[in-house]
Amino acid sequence: MKLRQTRAMHRWSAFVGSAVVVSSLALVGCSTGTPAPSGTPTSGTQTATQPPAAETYTIGIVEQQLANPFFAKLQQAAVDAAKAAGLEVTTAESKTAGDSATQVDAIENMIARGVKGIVLDPANATALVDVVQRARDAGILVVTVNTSLEPVDAADASFETDNLAGGRLMGQWAKAALGDQEPRVAMLDYDLSDKTAAARHNGFLEGFGLTEDSPEIVGTALTKSNVETGQTAMENLLSAHPDINALYTINEPAAQGAFIAISNAGKQEQIAITSIDGSCSGVQSVVDGEIGATVMQFPSRMGELAVQAIVDYVESGTKPSGVIDSGTALITDRPVEGIESHDTAWGLQNCWGE
Amino acid sequence: MTDPKGSVDRLRGFLTTQVAGPLAALLVAIVVFSATTDTFLNPANFSLMLQQSVVIGTLAIGQTLIILTAGIDLANGAIMVLGTIVIAQFALDGNIVLGLMLGMLACAAAGALNGMIVAKWKLPPFIVTLGTLTVLTATARLMTDSQSLPVERGLLTVMGQGFSVAGFTVSWGVVTWLALTAGFAYALGRTAWGTHVYAVGDSPNAAKLNGIKVDRVLFSVYVVAGLVYAVGAWLAMGRTPIADPSAYQTANLDSITAVVIGGTSLFGGRGGVVGTLIGTLIVVVLQNGLTQAGINSLYQQIATGALVVVAVLVDQIIRRKDR
Repeated sequence: MKLRQTRAMHRWSAFVGSAVVVSSLALVGCSTGTPAPSGTPTSGTQTATQPPAAETYTIGIVEQQLANPFFAKLQQAAVDAAKAAGLEVTTAESKTAGDSATQVDAIENMIARGVKGIVLDPANATALVDVVQRARDAGILVVTVNTSLEPVDAADASFETDNLAGGRLMGQWAKAALGDQEPRVAMLDYDLSDKTAAARHNGFLEGFGLTEDSPEIVGTALTKSNVETGQTAMENLLSAHPDINALYTINEPAAQGAFIAISNAGKQEQIAITSIDGSCSGVQSVVDGEIGATVMQFPSRMGELAVQAIVDYVESGTKPSGVIDSGTALITDRPVEGIESHDTAWGLQNCWGE
Repeated sequence: MTDPKGSVDRLRGFLTTQVAGPLAALLVAIVVFSATTDTFLNPANFSLMLQQSVVIGTLAIGQTLIILTAGIDLANGAIMVLGTIVIAQFALDGNIVLGLMLGMLACAAAGALNGMIVAKWKLPPFIVTLGTLTVLTATARLMTDSQSLPVERGLLTVMGQGFSVAGFTVSWGVVTWLALTAGFAYALGRTAWGTHVYAVGDSPNAAKLNGIKVDRVLFSVYVVAGLVYAVGAWLAMGRTPIADPSAYQTANLDSITAVVIGGTSLFGGRGGVVGTLIGTLIVVVLQNGLTQAGINSLYQQIATGALVVVAVLVDQIIRRKDR
């Protein structure tokens, strides 16, 4: 989830702009929150018995800023799936990272327009809960993609990457790649209060068979999930622990930055680098030998599954529920026994972004 | 207070003592980390910390100039990132030297835009640069489709190369950063322009009464800062050989932190680039040392934040004494 990182990064980047944005979001939240007429009495049963399958209807797709290739890929897949099912589509996207106000407006418009279902990639886990409730009260099926609301059941269901499972794959591969060497593990994290970052971190530890306090972990450092901070953090860790031989990174840009530090120190052969995302640039880094293995996530599958869930609901009234894993796959040209993986040729065919 | 000569002399007096506080803090940090970790005190690590300082340190030089005029530049990181992207894009087409020149031009133009709005239209620098920050960040993303551009090794990354003296590697980037600091210390302390910068920051009205063209000084400061950011762009590519529109998002605040910890007053008219150099080193030493000591990096942010508050407090005390 490069996206969640980037978004959170923006939010915490503390440049004063975000303060302005946040306060304006708060204002919007208040103004849309108060006048919400809570008495629109539309019951769920009414919609379940609604239109015949042949009738065409509209669904809404609300994404985050499309400048991020992950979001763009997800939205494109959802639109394509909807078109293929013969549906009308209306789309909207937030303007900047964390811009939930635009998404709130978009959902209100979609409610007014009478869409049957909404695919939502929330820009903020809590800011959208209220408007999603209003949409569901109006009989609209709302499924989140990529990341869920808080609480998760604020939406009908969520299609997203199981980041714990993704982290586990990284950990398992790194352990196997070390063979009988004594592990000296370093971790390049993103702020662990971020749900995604914590799941990946914990998954890696689990997969490697470590705990937070294991002596095998020689050092951890925070990055902002980009190249520049990945490099600086890895330089500091290597300076303190020249014998690092396994590395966890929060995403591929951080891994690429770490590789710059590692190659400057001449330690390319010594360290097994693992990462996660599955962007085409990240897979290319695996091809080039910069990253040992990366875990791919599948934004297009999230979009397709979400649209299918809406179609199923409208046609048969079956609602999806809970968090549904859109899958992960390990990409490496150094496969290890007992762990299923794909080579980089497959990775380049299935990656997202550039 | 209306006699600028007298107040400038007094400021010069302060400059010498002002550096003392930050310098003491830096030395304490170095001693503590050297005593508590095995790996901190060695030439390779010090060389590394210098290299980690150059980009923020260079941005902070431009930031110092602007803060001395009682302004602030929230757009400096964005200007620099735009510079790297302009340079990298032209270099991809094979025009490396042209790229460097256009990058310089783009940064100077961005600085000039800020300077014009601040000096001519008298809008608050905080809001102006907040606006240009947003515009330039988006521009950089549009130009690159939010992807990072590769930077071919050679002239563009030469600032990451360097020479070795007794196991201590010095990159050209470090040399450039130190030279810029020395140059601006001279320009601020020994030239008419520098005197005018302090005078404008101290009191624009008094400066005007003494025949200083306040608008022109302000404008020049923003343009010069833009050129310094362009050098920063070159240094950044030497350190990390890519042009990444999502890099250096907190560089604006990091540079302000370095300036403030270095003893330059946010109210303008007092401080200098040598303090900023020390302020930059303090931030980097904390980050490096706490990582070496295996301490959660959130504590590094707490330590840096606390230092900012202390620095501002000291500034206030000096200001009250000054009155």
